[in-house]
Amino acid sequence: MRIFVAYLIGIVFGLGISISGMANPAKVLNFFDVAGTWDPSLAFVMGGAVIVTFLGYRFVLKRPMPLFDRQFLLPGSNVIDLKLLGGSAVFGIGWGIAGFCPGGALPALGTGRIEVILFTIALVAGIFAARALMNFRRPSAPTQA
Amino acid sequence: METEFTPLASTIGGVLIGTASVLLMLTLGRIMGATGILAGFFSPASREDFYWRAAILAGMVTGPLVYLVLMGEMPAVQVPISTPMLLIGGFIVGIGVTYGSGCTSGHGVCGMARLSPRSISAVATFMLFTGLTVYVIRHVIGA
Repeated sequence: MRIFVAYLIGIVFGLGISISGMANPAKVLNFFDVAGTWDPSLAFVMGGAVIVTFLGYRFVLKRPMPLFDRQFLLPGSNVIDLKLLGGSAVFGIGWGIAGFCPGGALPALGTGRIEVILFTIALVAGIFAARALMNFRRPSAPTQA
Repeated sequence: METEFTPLASTIGGVLIGTASVLLMLTLGRIMGATGILAGFFSPASREDFYWRAAILAGMVTGPLVYLVLMGEMPAVQVPISTPMLLIGGFIVGIGVTYGSGCTSGHGVCGMARLSPRSISAVATFMLFTGLTVYVIRHVIGA
């Protein structure tokens, strides 16, 4: 049941990404190109997604537990540090170069396009490189999920 | 490369993305973050943990096929940059989201919806740097 539900949720997410234009790097990059070929569409994607999630979470998180698990797993940290901001800045640079973010690229794999496959391989390589770097610097640090 | 302004389609897509985020929290109690789901897929905490991640990733990849059935064509994927730049960008994104603990879906949608100060700081930072990068590439270097 958990697997079936997860698959359906993945489809809803992937369809949403497909309809929204987030799977299209040209569209994503144009959102940021205010000085050039600006396309403000992505503001509507973020707006729609955040409002629905904000309202939905208000009801869902009042429950004692999720339907098919024992507890809600929410990030507990409130620390705004260099790791968070530096990592986000680096992500921004990469996003600005490629036009794909992970949430846009993973569903886009379904189109079978070679560019998406190459991006995803590079993305996974980057994730493993960062992990190796973190473990090298702090051998006991837990890997994040 | 010009792209068409699509406020209606983008809002509908955003609502579906939000719906998926709410449903994942309701059923499995998890944050709908592409980075977290993907990272955990490669190092799952348990067999059960691996299964739901594999299932949701499979669902995501199915999304464009459902779009194809509904709309009669695959969603547009226009890549206006060279393959080496795409690979470099992907690698940098992988490093950034790992250190930053999230991306547009995890911080941008779920974190913002929870009004998490960490996520709001992360989103402000990556939006700023994405914008600066696009500006430099397109209008300073002129690629």
